Parts: sequence; structure tokens; C-alpha cells
Amino acid sequence: MRLTIADVEHVAALARLGLTEAEKERMRDQLSSILGHIEALNEIDTAAIPPTAQTIDLTNVMRDDEVRPSLPVEQVLANAPRRSGDFFEVHTPLGGDEGES
Amino acid sequence: MTRELWDLSAVEARRLLDAREISALELTEAHLARIERLEPVLFCHIEVMGDVARTQAVEADRRIAAGDAAPLTGIQVSLKDVLVTVDAPTTAASQILKGYRSPYDATVVRRLREQGAVFVGKANTDEFAMGSSTENSSFGPTRNPWKTTTVPGGSSGGPAAAVAAGEAIVSLGSDTGGSIRQPAGFCGVVGVKPTYGRVSRYGLIAFGSSLDQIGPFARSVEDAAILLEAIAGHDPFDSTSAPVPVPNYRAGLGGDLRGTRIGVAQEYNVSGMEPGVETAVATAVQRLEELGAELVPVSLPHTKYALPTYYITAPAEASANLARYDGVKYGLSVEAGSLREQYERTRGEGFGAEVKRRIMLGTYALSSGYYDAYYVKAQKVRTLLKQDFDQAFEQVDAIVAPTSPTVAFPIGARTDDPYQMYLADVFTIPANMAGIAGVAVPCGFSDGLPVSLQVLGKAFDEGTVLRVAHAYEQASEWRERRPSL
Repeated sequence: MRLTIADVEHVAALARLGLTEAEKERMRDQLSSILGHIEALNEIDTAAIPPTAQTIDLTNVMRDDEVRPSLPVEQVLANAPRRSGDFFEVHTPLGGDEGES
Repeated sequence: MTRELWDLSAVEARRLLDAREISALELTEAHLARIERLEPVLFCHIEVMGDVARTQAVEADRRIAAGDAAPLTGIQVSLKDVLVTVDAPTTAASQILKGYRSPYDATVVRRLREQGAVFVGKANTDEFAMGSSTENSSFGPTRNPWKTTTVPGGSSGGPAAAVAAGEAIVSLGSDTGGSIRQPAGFCGVVGVKPTYGRVSRYGLIAFGSSLDQIGPFARSVEDAAILLEAIAGHDPFDSTSAPVPVPNYRAGLGGDLRGTRIGVAQEYNVSGMEPGVETAVATAVQRLEELGAELVPVSLPHTKYALPTYYITAPAEASANLARYDGVKYGLSVEAGSLREQYERTRGEGFGAEVKRRIMLGTYALSSGYYDAYYVKAQKVRTLLKQDFDQAFEQVDAIVAPTSPTVAFPIGARTDDPYQMYLADVFTIPANMAGIAGVAVPCGFSDGLPVSLQVLGKAFDEGTVLRVAHAYEQASEWRERRPSL
């Protein structure tokens, strides 16, 4: 499976991962190589096999919907790179150059 | 034989502490001194918790004097730096979390704190637990105490080496594709990967959420059993933790192996397997038979597909789990003109090469147009891997295999080709894919470096796995060997 630089850029954009030009080339080569090894899975016919998402037999583990104390706001914000009052401060996600891929 | 204080087992230390022959503070100072002497060479710890340890030791001595000691009161424990702690930074060995101080303790940390354990430090790891050698730590590699030009294994190289070197009596690591068992093997110590769901993952920095488990390192199976019992059990904060009672693992140890059927996995050999490893493991398996076990050849036919399956599943889960590192709530935050740019630059600068590789692989496998061919395909093969074990465990009580195809390799030997590094986990990955229990126990040496036997068991049957490992350990000479440091 031979990836192109365009493939790498597309995936990096999905992952919001900034890569240098050198990293993109290395990524193209290394990911292509790893995916080549993974091709081995095509040797197995899995058409009739159900998928396994988890190995433990638990579903819908819930607790009663009771209000309980949460982490104090000061602790929540203690590691915040930028805060404004009781909020994490961020650049606006609206408008401008948020071109989606 | 009079042991050095830093060479005591948890069992021996408990006896001496309760008899008031030594104090927890003395024991702690001995370990901290050992850490100070060895760290410039070994680098097992990203953060040494000297002040915290001393405070805990004083409190432990008070408890012991009051006759209120738990099994781990006053015992020195090292914590892999993917376990969050309120009184020390947690970095996951990544620049993206440098300086991060968690507002809560991991459940396993809380349980050990409640027992009065003494935390000596946050141990080095491959970044975000991604790696097989601890060379992916952004702070530098830990060195194998048996030969410091070699790797300690990974990703829990720090906790494994710390126990091997006497920097801690026991330690906690995490295992997603072998990251406890493989470094335990390379460092000549005991390492346990519990059944998925046996130990709470709350407070373990998530890598592969359907694969991750926290588990113990120790210099004896008995010590590992004590630590496992302390951390195992249902936790309401982890919805994947099993409501299965925790047996007294320590009480289950002892006796020979008569009546135990042990499967010898036919597919656990690969080209590139070292003859010294093969010989040591074969000799160990023979020993099991001498102890009364019935050896049964078993086939796990899909074994060779475990590695490629894992390298879709684990990176896919990781790509989702690492989306939270965005410079908004904690950690590194690169100044940028827009939110998009902030994400890309923070993640670009904060993550190391292997982490980026896995995020990319995982994102690709989950992306539109590739999801069925990769992610769903891997989930289907996972079913087959699990079925292999389910079928084998109808015939046997435990399965034995080598832990790794080789002994510890030199630092730098596998860093050029990612897939070569991934092959170090070829024998450990299947157990994570199936969610079963496994232990690595020392079984010899080759070229001066430890060789390890892996014992795998049915889900929630840690008791059998520990019993087999213990019987072998007690009938062999390896547990008294120490690296010369």
C-alpha cells in the first residue's frame, strides 16, 4: 500500500497534527511500509466472522442519575494554559480559516 | 544471608517492619540512597518523590506501631509515569504534558496510598506507553541494569528496571501489547498483565482502551501476587472494570503441578528467535513437566496475525484517546493565530515521532473509505484470536511460551525501522487481543541477559497463572540472581 504526500496531508489534517515537510516524507515511507506488513490480514477470510470490540461481557454500565459533588472549578482550571474567570479561554472556532476536511 | 535493605522482598520487609526490627523510614532512606547512586546510570525515574516518600514512611511507622499495618504499609513502590498522582507531576514521558499536575489520583494509586505504601518515584516509559524499549521517552531511555548498553524493554522499562536494580521493592506498569511482560523479561523480574477488566483503568493515561491493563512488577511471584491483590477489583469509576471478586492470590501459591495441564503453543516461534532463548525456555518447560505438569501441544492458528491486527486496533484507539491533547485544558500550548493552528502546532511540537506515527496510522484506519478494510477487519481477526485461546483453554489450564524472541537488544539497534521494533512484542500481543491473563517469570540467561517464560491463563484465572509461575520459580535458581551495579 503506497501512500502519497497528499494522503499523509489528508490524514494529518484529520488528526490536527502539524507535520514538517521532512516529517511528511518520512511518514509516507514508514506508514507505507507498516501498512505493507498489515496486508497479511487479507489472507484470512473474515466475511462470516463477527467483530470484537471488547473482550469483557459488560454493556450499559450506569449509575443512578443522582447529583453528586464534582471536581471543584479551581482544580479543573489549575492546569489551564489560558483562563478567563471560570472558563478555559480559546480562540474562536467560528468563521475564518476553519476550513474542514 | 543478610540482605541489603534495598534487596528485601515485600514479604521479608513486612516481617521486619512488623517485628520493629527496621523502620519504614530506614527502608525508605535505603531505597532513596540507592536511587541517588544508580539514577545517573540507569535513569529509571522521571521524578523521584523523596519528600513524599519520607512523609509516607513516617505515617507508615506510626501505623505499624499501632498494629494497623496492611500488606504494603511502608513498602517502596515505583509508579509508571502514565498513572496520575496528586503529589507528583505526570508526564507520560511526553513534552505535551510537561509539568502537568493531576487533580486526582488513579484508583490503583489511591488503593496503595490507603494501604500506606511509600511512593519512591514516577518511572520512565515510552511516550504515552507507545514502544517496546523505553527509547521513545522524550526524556531519554532507561538502561537495562544487567547490561547498561541495552534496553530495559518497554514501554514499562522504568518500573521494570527499578525493581531489577533495587530502587523499589515493587512497581506498577501498564500493558497494552506486552508493555509489562516484555520489560519484565528483559530485566529479569516478574511482571503480570491482569485480565482485561481485573484492575481499574481510572487514572491510567489512556492509550488503547480495549487493551490497557495496569499490573505489578516484583522480584518474586509472591510479591507480585500481593501487589495484584492490592490493586485488583471493581471500581465504579471504570465502567470496564469487572464485578468479579478478587481471590487471595497469595494463599493460592504453593505445591507442585500434578494435575495441571499446560499447553505448549506451537506457533510461538519466529525466524529471528535467538537459540539461547529457545534453549532456556525449553529447559524451563521441561522443569514444569518434572514438577508434575502434563504438557499438551496446543495450536493457536491465528497467532501470526496478532501483530498486524494490533497495529490497526491500538493506534486506532490511541488516535481517539490522544485527541484530548490540544493545548486547551492542560499541558503544552503553542501560541497561534487560530484554534486550528494552535491544535496543529501544539500537537506537532508536543508529540514525539512514534506517537505521531501511531496517531496517523490509527486515523487512517478509521477514516472514511478505509474503516471497513482496516478497523472492522482487525476487529474480526480479533474474534479469531480470542477463539484460538478459548478453544485451547478447553484442553489445558495454562499455556506457556517465550516472553520475547530475543534477549534485551542494544540501545539504538531497532530505532530505524518501526516494524522491527514492533516485532519485539510478537509473543505478548495475542494475550491483550484476547483479554486474558499473563505473567512473565525469569527462566535463565543468554549472553548474560535474562530470558523469560510467559504463562498465559483464562480470563480471571490469575490464580492458576501465578501458581504455575510460582512453582517454577521455587524450583529454579533465577530469583536470587542480581545485576552487578
